[in-house]
Amino acid sequence: MSTAVAAPGTLKIRNLVKEYRTGQPVLTGITLDLDQGGITAIIGPSGTGKSTLIRCINRLVDPTSGEMLFDGLDLAKLSGTPLRQARRRIGMVFQEYNLVERLSVIENVLCGRLGYIPAWRAWLRRFPEADVQKAFDLIASVGLDGFATRRADQLSGGQRQRVGIARALMQEPAMILADEPTSSLDPKTSVEVMELFDEIAERRGIPVIINIHNVGLAKRYARRIIGMSRGQVIYDGPPTGLGDAHLKEIYGGEGVVE
Amino acid sequence: MSAPATDQGPLAADPGSALGRAFPTNWAVRIASIVFLAYVVYAAQTLDLRWERFVQGLGNGAKFLGRMFPPNFAADKLVLLRDGMLESMQIAVIATIIGIALALPLGLLGARNLVPKPIAWVARGLIILCRTYHPIIVAILFVKAVGFGALAGVLALIVATMGFIGKLFAEAIEEISMKPIEALRAAGSPFMSVVFMGVLPQVMARFIGFAAYQLDSNLRNSTFVGIVGGGGIGATLFTAFQRFDYDFVLTIILAIIALVLLGEVFSGFMRRLYQ
Repeated sequence: MSTAVAAPGTLKIRNLVKEYRTGQPVLTGITLDLDQGGITAIIGPSGTGKSTLIRCINRLVDPTSGEMLFDGLDLAKLSGTPLRQARRRIGMVFQEYNLVERLSVIENVLCGRLGYIPAWRAWLRRFPEADVQKAFDLIASVGLDGFATRRADQLSGGQRQRVGIARALMQEPAMILADEPTSSLDPKTSVEVMELFDEIAERRGIPVIINIHNVGLAKRYARRIIGMSRGQVIYDGPPTGLGDAHLKEIYGGEGVVE
Repeated sequence: MSAPATDQGPLAADPGSALGRAFPTNWAVRIASIVFLAYVVYAAQTLDLRWERFVQGLGNGAKFLGRMFPPNFAADKLVLLRDGMLESMQIAVIATIIGIALALPLGLLGARNLVPKPIAWVARGLIILCRTYHPIIVAILFVKAVGFGALAGVLALIVATMGFIGKLFAEAIEEISMKPIEALRAAGSPFMSVVFMGVLPQVMARFIGFAAYQLDSNLRNSTFVGIVGGGGIGATLFTAFQRFDYDFVLTIILAIIALVLLGEVFSGFMRRLYQ
C-alpha cells in the first residue's frame, strides 16, 4: 500500500442537537473534538444516535442546531457547492456498502471522484487517466486485484465492502466516516475489514470514525472509544479505560458484560 | 320478501341461520348491481341497439368482406402502398426518437425522490396533459394547427410518446434504491453526475424495454394518424375506403399487419440485446 499521507482533517463538534420530531432530540447537545489520527470507535445501543451523529457530519442528515467545524469550516452552515466541496474531503463507508449494483467495480470506485470532475465526463466515462490508474491501484490495495471489470452485484459482502472502502479512498479524503461497516459481515470478514481500516488510519494517516456494535472489535482496533447512550456521550477515552461499569452504563443492564 | 320463509331463502339467507351469519347479505352491493344493470338496458335502448339491426348488419358485413377479395396487388396500387407505408414508418421512427429525447428530462424531473416536490408536480402535470387525450384527438388538433401531412402525425405521436415514456420513466426512477444515491451525494457528486452514475444504471434495462415498446406502439399508431390527415398509410387507407376500393383496403390492412408484426419482432430483439 502506498503511503501518500493526506493532511488529516480535524473536526470540532459543538452542542450538536438533532430532533427528527420537535421536542424529541436524538442527539442532545454533543460536544466532541475529533482531532487525532487512528481509529475512533463510537459504540452504543441501537437507536442511540450514533448513526445520526455520523450522518450529521457529512450532512446526509441536517442537524437541528450546533456547530461542526471541519478544519475551521462550519459544516452545519454549508449548502450547494461549498457543501459538495466539503463532502469530497470526507469519505463514507456504509453498512450495506451502497454500491451501484449494475456498475463494475472500477466504475464504483471512480464514483469517489465525481465531486472533482464535470458531469459529462462521468456520463461518457471519460475519467482522467490518473484517476483511472489510481482506481486500479486502490482496487489492488484492498485485495481485489483482477476484479476491476466485474459487476458489483457479483461480489460477496466482504468484497463489496472493500469496494466501498476503495471508493471512499478515491476521494483522497481528510477523514473517513464508517457507519456500521461490519454489521452485515461475518466475524472473519469483519476482522479483515477492520484490518483494512487500521491500515488506512495508521499508514495513510487518514482518521477513521467508525460506528460499531462489536465492542471487542472496537477495543482491539480503536485508539479512542466514544460510548453513547440516549443521545449523549457517556464515555470518551482510550480502550484500556473502558471498563465493565462503563459498558453497563452505555448499554444499560447486566447482560452486556461477559 | 313475500316468499314462504325457509331457512335458506333464494335471495337472502335468514339472518338468524348459521348461513346468514356466515354470509350476511350485502344490500349495498346488491342494489348497486341492480342499478348498474338497469342503466345498461336503458343505455342500449337509447342508442337503438337491437338484435335485428345486428343480424341485418351481418349481411352487409359479409357483402363488404366479399368485395375485399381478392386483395388488389396492381402495380399502381403497390406504389401508393409503398409510399404510404414508408411515410408511416418514418413518422413512427422520428416521433419515437424525438419523443423519447423529450420524455427523458421530463420523466427525470417528475421523479419525486430526486427532484424538489414543486418541480416534480409541474413535470407530472405536463405528463398527465400529454396523456389526457387519445393520440387521434391530438392528431386532429395538430392537423388544424400545422396543416395536413406527416408533420401533424409526427407531432401527435411525439406527444403520446412523451406522456407514456415520461410517466413510466418517472415511476421507474421512483423505485430505484436510494442507497447508492446517498453514497454518491456523500462523495460530493453534483446532481447530473448522480443521475449518470447512480440513477441511469439502475433504470437503463427497463428504459430500453419502454422505448422498444413505444416504437412498436408508434408503428401501430402511425397507421391511423393519416385517417384524420396526419400523413402515412392511414391517409391512403381512408382514400381507398372513400373510393370503395375495398380490394385495395384489404391489401393495406395486410401490409399494416405485417408492419406491426415486424415492429414486435424488432422491439423484442432490442429488449434482448440490452438485457
